[in-house]
Amino acid sequence: MSPNGSNTETMSIFSPALSARFDTLVAKYPVKRSALIPMLLYAQDEVGYLSDAVIAEVAERIGITQLDVRNVATYYSMLRFKPAGKFNIQVCTNISCMLRGAYELYERFQDELHIGHKGVTPDGVFSLEEVECIGVCCWAPAIQVNYAFHDELTPNDVPKILAEYKGKAGNSGANGSVKNA
Amino acid sequence: MPRLVSHPDEVKIVTKRFGMGAANIDKYIELGGYDSLKKCIAEGPEWVINEMKSSGLRGRGGAGFPTGLKWSFVPKQSAKPKYVLVNGDESEPGTCKDHLIFLYDPHAVIEGTMIAGLAIGAKTGFIYLRGEYRYLLEIMEKAVADAYEKGILGKNVLGSDFEFNVITQSGAGAYEVGEESALMESLEGKRGVPRIKPPFPAVVGLYGGPTVINNAETIASVPHVISMGGPAYAAVGSERNGGTRLFGLSGHVERPGIYELPMGYNLKKMIYEVGGGVRGGRKLKAVVPGGSSTPVLLPEEIENLGMDFDQVGKAGSMLGSGGVVVIDDQTCIVEFALRTISFYAHESCGWCIPCREGTDWLKKSLTRFHAGFGTEKDIDNIQYLAENMMGRTFCPLGDAAAMPTLGFVKKFRKEFEDHLNGKPCPFAKHVELAVV
Repeated sequence: MSPNGSNTETMSIFSPALSARFDTLVAKYPVKRSALIPMLLYAQDEVGYLSDAVIAEVAERIGITQLDVRNVATYYSMLRFKPAGKFNIQVCTNISCMLRGAYELYERFQDELHIGHKGVTPDGVFSLEEVECIGVCCWAPAIQVNYAFHDELTPNDVPKILAEYKGKAGNSGANGSVKNA
Repeated sequence: MPRLVSHPDEVKIVTKRFGMGAANIDKYIELGGYDSLKKCIAEGPEWVINEMKSSGLRGRGGAGFPTGLKWSFVPKQSAKPKYVLVNGDESEPGTCKDHLIFLYDPHAVIEGTMIAGLAIGAKTGFIYLRGEYRYLLEIMEKAVADAYEKGILGKNVLGSDFEFNVITQSGAGAYEVGEESALMESLEGKRGVPRIKPPFPAVVGLYGGPTVINNAETIASVPHVISMGGPAYAAVGSERNGGTRLFGLSGHVERPGIYELPMGYNLKKMIYEVGGGVRGGRKLKAVVPGGSSTPVLLPEEIENLGMDFDQVGKAGSMLGSGGVVVIDDQTCIVEFALRTISFYAHESCGWCIPCREGTDWLKKSLTRFHAGFGTEKDIDNIQYLAENMMGRTFCPLGDAAAMPTLGFVKKFRKEFEDHLNGKPCPFAKHVELAVV
């Protein structure tokens, strides 16, 4: 990764690994600003959401205003401004999934977790979201837990999936960062 | 993990390395990978463009524009750098073909990008994947790093004086970014709103430089066009529609999956023989032939329908992204129409009023209608609204929302009428949709 130790890095809210990744990212494009969207996504993966501090630091690293960062960030549906659960369960209910029982699946998740669209469980382990097409149409119905796909599901698969992730949450402690599951 | 399927009628060209470990660069090379690039470097740009033109390859993103012709529009001389941009923002509901390409054959995408770069005189290519495809982005990133290490990417490609670099990029959730000019905006770190055309990207594109934008499947087809030769590739398909297509069968079909079939393959045969027919032996009610934006077709319309851009166009729909969504006789078309329009209302970027307001009002009308509170006039209003969105927006999203809606209302008017006067539909259970 980049050897440049900039001032932002020393007072960064991001981990040294992510800071180094950002240094590489901003140098990778013909225009610095092209790094903005991936940076926001990677920052969110580490911090959990786009907090004011995240937006301030990303703005400084790219050299644009915080308002400009917010203007772009609010456009993209994967970027969020409030914490989600450690494991964000995204259930696709678009046509291909709908025809193969996506709503029954989504309802089962709601019943098991006692939360609705964009809800977070009180322990912070799970959040739930009804999402648009995630590109798994031929293996429907499908969900994404953070970035991990689970496909060809039935409502009866729900308890097993939840137990699996609950186990992972137990191992690494609650309120950890949202990483690749 | 996406399940691979196969059928004897398949002609495996783009998918021939799927499931063979070709994400590994050594395996890819062992299977003949990067030989097409070598050939192109030896033969030069003009030869490449001619091969592409003779191949009859047409844009796999949905518009079906001839790829060779698109490349030939890029000016030879340019003060600003030229770019190749690979559109892997695959977001059209019913479409998951690029998912498999990135997963099983990432080097084909790199090789195709490099050949496009050579043809138009670009030194840099961008491969843009939708944000949800993180694990595929990681596969692409590894493939790019391996290609640099082997001297395939970089200053002297395979020891020649051709220089080419590839940059991978992640989106963050936006259907609209699949539109070419919105994709360039997103790549420049902005909101993904479309640009007005002209100028077209071939003249003024990414960072103001001449840019060729191709769908990932188009790009992954390029090395195969070169290795087979343009005319041989063209011969696989139908008239004016060269080669094969990765058709995605989904919905109420017995064996869903991605099947590579020749262009012009009969749609009825695709559903009943390749896909094993309608699930549970039910009757076919309708088919969405090319992703959710393409107008629905009735069973009697698919009898002799060959799946290529021209024939599906003639039948009043579009080949689109090749995502074939099969709908059985237990499905409520009003609910299906509502779910379709809800997507476009959610994804409309808000830049043009006919699309922003039109999709929202269509969603409102259909929601009310589906809940059993519609009136006769609503049916005409839905049609009127959709007709007035057509052709009145910066980008095709407005049309993409209006076209299928018109199809549903025109072809299933009786079913809409059945919903009238508080008669709730007999099949659907879901009245309210949460996605906002």
